[in-house]
Amino acid sequence: MRIRDLSPAEFRQRLTGDGIRLAAGPFHCRLQSGIPDIAHELARLYAHHTLVGSQDFTDFHVSVQPGRGLRRWLAPQARFVVDAVEPFTPLPRNQALPMLEWGLNWCITAYSHHILVIHAASVARDGRAAILPAPPGSGKSTLCAALVNRGWRLLSDELTLIRLDTGQIMGLARPVNLKNASIDIIRAYAPDAFLTRPVLDTTKGTVALMAPSQTSVEAVDEWADPAWMILPRYRAGAEAELSPMGSGTAFLQLADNAMNYHVMGSRGFDTVGRLVDRCRNYRFEYSRLDDAIAVFDRLASGAA
Amino acid sequence: MNLLLNTYRRPGSIGLLDAGQWDLLVRQARHANLLGRLFLRLQAAGVEDRIPERPHNHLLSGAVMAGEQRHAIRREARYLQEALEPAGIPVILLKGAAYVAAELPAAQGRLFSDVDILLPRARLADAESALQLKGWVSTATDAYDQRYYRQWMHELPAMRHVFRGSALDVHHTILPPTSRLKPDASLLMDASVELGKDLPGIRTLSLPDLILHSACHLFHEGEPNNLLRDLTDLDLLLRHLARDDAAWDELLERAGLLQLDAPLRLALRYCHSLLETPLPSHVQTRTGCLLGGDWVQRLRDAMYARVLRPQHPSTADALTPLARRALYIRAHWLRMPPQLLAYHLAHKAIFPARQDTHPLSTEKIELATGEKKAA
Repeated sequence: MRIRDLSPAEFRQRLTGDGIRLAAGPFHCRLQSGIPDIAHELARLYAHHTLVGSQDFTDFHVSVQPGRGLRRWLAPQARFVVDAVEPFTPLPRNQALPMLEWGLNWCITAYSHHILVIHAASVARDGRAAILPAPPGSGKSTLCAALVNRGWRLLSDELTLIRLDTGQIMGLARPVNLKNASIDIIRAYAPDAFLTRPVLDTTKGTVALMAPSQTSVEAVDEWADPAWMILPRYRAGAEAELSPMGSGTAFLQLADNAMNYHVMGSRGFDTVGRLVDRCRNYRFEYSRLDDAIAVFDRLASGAA
Repeated sequence: MNLLLNTYRRPGSIGLLDAGQWDLLVRQARHANLLGRLFLRLQAAGVEDRIPERPHNHLLSGAVMAGEQRHAIRREARYLQEALEPAGIPVILLKGAAYVAAELPAAQGRLFSDVDILLPRARLADAESALQLKGWVSTATDAYDQRYYRQWMHELPAMRHVFRGSALDVHHTILPPTSRLKPDASLLMDASVELGKDLPGIRTLSLPDLILHSACHLFHEGEPNNLLRDLTDLDLLLRHLARDDAAWDELLERAGLLQLDAPLRLALRYCHSLLETPLPSHVQTRTGCLLGGDWVQRLRDAMYARVLRPQHPSTADALTPLARRALYIRAHWLRMPPQLLAYHLAHKAIFPARQDTHPLSTEKIELATGEKKAA
């Protein structure tokens, strides 16, 4: 059974009650909230995810809750709670939904050291994956959102999970976090995709979440082989162009973006080393999304 | 239900757990900071292959985290030595850092948020400036906290290294000078042992003193979230001590000399009852640690039974909040004379410590946790 099989009333009731238990790639998550306004958008974002039984093992028990006491009415807040612990400063209540997403990202990075977790987007075509590590503002999420609306499968927008045994990527197929100008760009580029209402004035500016495509979610358990590491950079007016990157630089790029590299010691070093060896590594400049996607498609067909 | 304690005591029982119980076990272990230690214990008992995949991931992650801290602590110890050696101040490690540096069994899966060191009170000012020169800065920002630590406590306000972010607690003794018990810190320093091997020049307290300090910390300072973790430390230290029968007498004598018989007695009592730590009969007789006792002892047992659990909602009952509160007050009662206690609690009631949270960010994971406020 999938989230889309629940009626809106049922979804809302579970969300505010015992919680929605769903599988996001390798993780079972229980999402709860005392802020029912997020129910509608949350149900759309996770429409295609499978439900998990209440007797199963749950990796992350998370919730967003309203502020306490007078805080419910005066300057209302949202608090992120993971299994009765509140690790973060509350945010304004209208940020409840992004807070839930960011909090879940935090759980994955803080609690998962059986895999290498890289701060990067990743997308796949025919079982082969491109990893896009990049600093904020490089257009990584925009490019990722565009690719998954043109035939690429979304593995993850924010966190790329690398298995230590096979070196493969496990997808998450969770919502894509779009910021500022990219919200309107993707709305125009993929009118069929579901985007939440923009949330203004977050620490990342204005954000909206885009639902992953049905095909991405339904194929999430097929691990992908890393084939390309591509460091994207949006530059106004630039022609879409790949330039090869040396393996030393590529290593540093990946290690620097690996959230738990410093925790994993020599296993982290070996895993990043194998990743660099398996991938063709590039820098990529682009301005027009269609051109960028043509370049990615040529890579996938083996022509580039 | 206290699944964590059951599993910790009987690793073989994991075969009986269903998925829902594994879920609860992992949550309890995370709350008690015992994920890594539990994993190593199950591994040592030869039952690792009976852990289902999902809980295995979490337990392993805890052990990986603790494993990395081992390296971090050794590096940190060398940096401290570089800073303090020119001033002629030795580095004497305490608690978790000492267990790790000395490679004691209590290092297994031990997570901690700071390094603790002990040095002579007379050298405190020199040490503080030497550390500041090398990049450690004080984290207590408000004047009350600065005064609380400097006037009444046995340690400086927590320091943090500006580049590495690592936290440091500098102690000049193991209990606040205002406490009813007054262990002589110079005795501890005189008996400290040099590590040699790959950490030449770095010292830790001797094994009996590490045990006494751990007991003292557990029953006088009481950070509720780590009490069970600290009790497992004590269990591992006591079992290590027990390799040598004569060491028990040394421990008891040492406790007398340092005026720490009372916390040791409680440590032995709860280690034995909760973790089945073996105690020779002459130790039981001499300390009377297992005797039923009066109503005070029974009340204390009822309180500790509640806080020596993973502090997770699943193990709490109606009296848990009261027990936590009572032990908080008891810890302060033992540390301060009544007038000072009243003044301190009044201050904390009017200006409560800010919540220990930080802005949500996925940019990096912190190994160390939070800052220390006057508690």
